[in-house]
Amino acid sequence: MVDNIETDVVIVGAGPSALFTVFELGLLDIKVHLIDILPRAGGQCSELYPEKPIYDIPGHPTITGAGLIDNLLAQIEPFHPTFHFNQLVTELETLGTPEAPAFRVKTDAGATFTAKAVIVAAGGGSFQPKKPPIEGIELYEDKSVFYAVRKMEEFRDKNVIIVGGGDSALDWTLNLHPIAKRITLVHRRDDFRAAPHSVNAMRELVAAGKLDLRIGQIVGLSGDDGELSGAHFKAGKEDAVVIAAERLIPFFGLTMKLGPIADWGLNLNENLIPVDTAQFETNVPGIFAIGDINFYPGKLKLILCGFHEGSLAAQKVHRYVYPDKKLTFQYTTSSTNLQKKLGVQ
Amino acid sequence: MVHITFIDSSGEKRPVEAEEGSTVMEAAIRNSIPEITAECGGACACATCHVYVDEAFVPLTGEASPQEEDMLDFAYAVQPNSRLACQIKIGPEVEGLIVTTPARQG
Repeated sequence: MVDNIETDVVIVGAGPSALFTVFELGLLDIKVHLIDILPRAGGQCSELYPEKPIYDIPGHPTITGAGLIDNLLAQIEPFHPTFHFNQLVTELETLGTPEAPAFRVKTDAGATFTAKAVIVAAGGGSFQPKKPPIEGIELYEDKSVFYAVRKMEEFRDKNVIIVGGGDSALDWTLNLHPIAKRITLVHRRDDFRAAPHSVNAMRELVAAGKLDLRIGQIVGLSGDDGELSGAHFKAGKEDAVVIAAERLIPFFGLTMKLGPIADWGLNLNENLIPVDTAQFETNVPGIFAIGDINFYPGKLKLILCGFHEGSLAAQKVHRYVYPDKKLTFQYTTSSTNLQKKLGVQ
Repeated sequence: MVHITFIDSSGEKRPVEAEEGSTVMEAAIRNSIPEITAECGGACACATCHVYVDEAFVPLTGEASPQEEDMLDFAYAVQPNSRLACQIKIGPEVEGLIVTTPARQG
C-alpha cells in the first residue's frame, strides 16, 4: 500500500489533450499527476500511429504521432508533471461539496490520490488486451490463460502456447523459453512483424528443436475448472488437432474499452461524457472531460479540439484550486510572470 | 459511382453506391453498415474494418500490403480472403464488389 498523494489535479489519461492541459494548468500554478494504463505518454498517438504523419495540427504542416508527443513533453517539461503509468483508474470518489469539490482517485496498482479537480482525458477509453474469439476462454482467464506476463514463475516447467506475431509474442517466447517446459508459438502466417533480431533468435531455436512454431489459429480449449490441458490448433482447412498445454498467452493487440469510467456517477451518452462548452465540466462539479471522450453539440474528435477544451477547462479548475485568487488572463508572449514559469525569463 | 454489396454475418445484404477513389471502409461508414467499426478512421492502424472479399473479386482488389498483413494479425478469424476495408480502393474495376463482414471486429 502506498501513501496517498495529494495534488491539485489528477488527469486520467496521458494522451495529447492531457499533455497540453498540463501546460495550461502549469501557467496557472496548478500541479498535476497523470495516470495512464499504457507504459508511456501519448495515448493513441504513441500506441496506434507513432510513425504516421498527422496533417491537421495547427502550425505543423506534418508531424508524426511520436513527434507530436515528444514536442508536447518538451513543452510541459517546466511544470514537472508526475506520470503514473501501467495503471488503470478504478475508483473516483467525490469527497467535497459542489462549491469546494475534492476527489479521491484509486488505481488498480494500489495508488491513491486526493485532488481538487479531476480531468478525464481518457480518449476512447483504456487500452485493454483484445481477447481471441475462443468459446469459453473466460473460464480460464487469470488461472491458465493470461493476456500479459506479470509473473514469469507462473510459467516455470509448464507447456506454454504463445499466440501472435508481434514484439510481445516474440519477446515472451524468448524470455520464457529458458524456464518453461516447452513453448509453442502459434501465428496465423509465417511472417512476423516483430523486430527482426527476435524473429531470427526464435527461428534459430526452432531449427535447433528447442521451440515449436505452428502456423495457424487456436480455435478451442480443453481443460477443467479453469486449468487448461490443451488447445485446439487449426491450420488452414485441415481438421483441428490438440496441442497439450497448461498455459496460453494470446497477444492480439489492444482495444479501447470505457472500463470503470462508467461507474463514476457521470452522465454518459453512448460511452461519451457530455460536457458544457464553456468549461468542459461534466454533471459532477470539479470533474471535467476533454478530448475524444467528451461529447457536446458540434464535437469533433480532433487533437486540436482537445487542446482548446483543456485550455478552457483550466480556467475553471483554477477557481477550485485557488478559490480566493482572481485570475487575470495573460499571454506567454508578453507576460514576464508566465515567462518565468516557463523558465525563459 | 461503383456498386458494392455488404453482407453481414447473418447473411443480410446491403447494396450501396460508392464514389471512385474512396475506400470500402468509407463507403461502409457513409452508409452506416453494421459490423464495421473503423476505430482508427482509416489509418490502417487498428484492424476493426476487417472484411472477407468475395472470391471472384480477390484478384481485382489486389493483395494486402505488409503493413495491412501486420494489422490483420489483430483481427479475428482471419481467412485467405481477409482484407481491411480501409485499404481497398474503389475504382471501376471492382464494380459489383461483394464483401462479407465478420461477426466481431474487436
